[in-house]
Amino acid sequence: MSEIRPIVMPKWGLAMAEGKVLEWQAGVGDVVSEGQEILDIETSKIVNSHESPVSGKIRRIVVDEGGTVPVGALLGVCAPETVSDAEIEDYVAEFLENFDWEAASEDSVAEPEFADTPVGRIRYLRQGNGEGAPIILVHGFGGDCMGWSFNQSELAEFRPAYAIDLPGHGGSEKNVGDGTVSYLARSLSAFLDAVGIRRAHLVGHSLGGAVSAALELESPGTAESISLIAPAGLGEDINIDFIDGFISQRRMRKLRAVLEMLVADSSLITDTMVEDVNKFKRLEGSAEALAALRNGAFSECRQQFRFEERLGAISAPVQVIWGRQDRILPVAHAESLPDGIRRLVLEDVGHMPHMESAGEVNDAILSFVR
Amino acid sequence: MPTKSFRDALNEGLRQEMERDDRVIIMGEDIAGGMGAPGEDDAWGGPLGVTKGLMPQFGRERVLDTPISESAFIGCAAGAAVTGLRPVAELMFVDFMGVCFDQIFNQAAKFRYMFGGKATTPLVIRTMYGAGFRAASQHSQCLYPLFTHIPGLKVVLPSNPYEAKGLLIQAIRDDDPVMFFEHKVLYDDEADVPDEIYTIPFGEANVTREGDDATVIAFGRMVNLANEAADKLGAAGITVTVVDPRTTSPLDKETILETASETGRVVVVDEAHPRCNLATDISALICENCFDDMKAPIKQITGPHAPVPFSPSLEDLYIPKVEAIEAAVRELVGKGH
Repeated sequence: MSEIRPIVMPKWGLAMAEGKVLEWQAGVGDVVSEGQEILDIETSKIVNSHESPVSGKIRRIVVDEGGTVPVGALLGVCAPETVSDAEIEDYVAEFLENFDWEAASEDSVAEPEFADTPVGRIRYLRQGNGEGAPIILVHGFGGDCMGWSFNQSELAEFRPAYAIDLPGHGGSEKNVGDGTVSYLARSLSAFLDAVGIRRAHLVGHSLGGAVSAALELESPGTAESISLIAPAGLGEDINIDFIDGFISQRRMRKLRAVLEMLVADSSLITDTMVEDVNKFKRLEGSAEALAALRNGAFSECRQQFRFEERLGAISAPVQVIWGRQDRILPVAHAESLPDGIRRLVLEDVGHMPHMESAGEVNDAILSFVR
Repeated sequence: MPTKSFRDALNEGLRQEMERDDRVIIMGEDIAGGMGAPGEDDAWGGPLGVTKGLMPQFGRERVLDTPISESAFIGCAAGAAVTGLRPVAELMFVDFMGVCFDQIFNQAAKFRYMFGGKATTPLVIRTMYGAGFRAASQHSQCLYPLFTHIPGLKVVLPSNPYEAKGLLIQAIRDDDPVMFFEHKVLYDDEADVPDEIYTIPFGEANVTREGDDATVIAFGRMVNLANEAADKLGAAGITVTVVDPRTTSPLDKETILETASETGRVVVVDEAHPRCNLATDISALICENCFDDMKAPIKQITGPHAPVPFSPSLEDLYIPKVEAIEAAVRELVGKGH
C-alpha cells in the first residue's frame, strides 16, 4: 500500500478552505513527475496550476473537473503498475472514510497578528515553529502579507516564516513618512526589534526587495541571506504607468488591465484579486500612503533608491530572481550584477515569480536557508 | 477578512465614527431600548437591531431614544446638524417619511442654498425600504425616487454588507443631508467586511460584472439579483456587465453611459413603482446621450404600478425576479447586430 501516493487539494494561503478543480492536465494512465503541473485549481482568490507532489503513474482521478472540495481532500492517486486496481479501490475508500470533511472545511483561517513599533502598528502573519534564523517575506508596492500564498507554508516547514505588511499597506499603520525606501527599511528594522528578531533570511519582492537590501546596508549583519525577487533598486527604470494606473483606476475592467501587467499569463488575475485591490485602496489612509510612495520612492517617474553599486558591501549571500517577461521592472537590471550574486532568470514569467513559478522560487530561497 | 452581516457592518460603521468624532450622535425610536420605559436598557438596539450596544458605550447623551413622532425628531436632527452636530437619525420605515417631508425637503435640503453656502447640514437619515417582508403596502415601499428628485439631498442604496459600512461612514462625513436606504431583506446577508475604517465615495458606480453582450443597471437589493442573473447567463455563454450606481444622487452618469455604450443593450432593474422611478430616469439618460450606440430598446424591470400586496403569494409576484432579468437579457441579445 505504501507505493500508493495521494494527490490532495493544496492549501494556498491561510485563508483557503476549499478549492475547485478546473482542469486536469494529466489523465489516468499518464506518468507524471514531481513538480510537473498536473491540474489547474481555482480558489476564491486565485487560479493557478498545481504541481504534482509525487512522481508516478496516475491511477485514479477522484475529483473531476468542476468539483469543489476542502483543503486536504483526495483529488487523485498515483501508484506503479504493480499495484492492483483492487488495492487502489481500497486506498481511495479508506481515505474517503477517514477524511473529516467538516473539520477540513472549518480548519482554515489563521489570523494575522500585530506588533507595536515606534513607526506604528505592523500587521504580520507568522507560520512555522522551526529553529534558527527566521525567514522574513517583504511584499512590493500595493501588496500585503497575504501575497505569499504559494510560498509561506512551504518555507515554514524549515524555518519560522513571517510575512509582513509594510507601512501604508494591508492592516499596518498607514503613515509612510517621506515615502522613501529608507523609511520603509527603518520600519522593517523597527518590526524586527519589536518581535525580537536579530538575524533573518530576508526575502523581498519588488519594492520589498529594495527595502530588504536597504535594511542590510543600514544595519549590516541583520541578514543571514537576501533573496531578491524582481527587486526595485537595481536600476533607474520602472513602469510608472503601472504605479499610476494602480493608484487611479477603479473600474474593474480598467484596473484589471493594469494588474495584468504584473504577470506573463493574464488569466492569473482573478476578479477577486482586482476587487481586493479596490478594497485596499478604500481603507482610510491608503490613498495617501500610495501617493506618498509614488512621490517618494518613484518621484520623477524613476527609481530614487539604487543599491547596485553597493552590493559588494553586503557580506551575506545575495541572489536575484527575475521573470524574463517582467513588464514592471526590466529583467535587464539583473544583467550587470557583480560576481558572487547568484542570478536565476525564469522564462515565461512576469513580475510575480513567487506566484507564477512558486516551486522554483521556493527551492531557490530554501537553498540559502538549509 | 472577517465575515459580517449587513446589520453588524452598519453597527461597526456607526461605532467607529462615534469613536472618532464626538459630534456624531444617533437618534430614533427605541434605538437604545425604550427611554423611560420599564425593562432592560439597550434591549433592542432599535427595531432593526442595528444600534445594539451603542448606548452602553456612548451613553444617553449621544444615543437618543425618541418619541413616536417622526416630524419631531427628524426636525430635531436637521436642527442639530445646522448647529454643528452630525446626527444619524433612524426612521424605521421610509413609508412613514410623509409626516416629515417639510423638515427634509424644505428645511434640511435647502439650508445650504438659502444661506448662501454659510450653513451646512451634515445629517444622515437611515431608513428601511422594500418588499419581501410580508409587511404590506404601508411598510414595503421603495420611495428613494422621491428623494432623488430633490436637489440638496444625497441618496444612498447599499447593496451588501461591505458597501453598507463604507457608504455609511462616507454619509456621516458628508456635509449635506444624506438619505441612507437599507433594504429590509438584506440585514442578515453576510460578506467579508474589513475591521478597518474605509469609505466609498458618492457618485462612483460599482461595476460588479464585466461583459460584452448586455449591461444591467440595478439598484439596492436588485444588484444581487442582477449579479445572480449575470452569473447564470455567463454559464450559458452570454456575458453581462452589471452596474450598481450605489448613489442615485449624485449619479455616476459617466459609468452608466460608458457601460451602456460598450454593450449597446441595457436592462434597468428597479424595485420601485414604474412611473418616475430610477429605471425611467436611467433610460432617458441613455436615450438622450448614447442612442446611436444602442442595438436594441432598453428594457425596464420594476415592480408594478400597484401597492405592495399583503398576500405572500402576490407579494412574491410583485418583486422583480432573477428569471425576469435573465429573460430580458436573452430577449435583447437576440436583437441588434
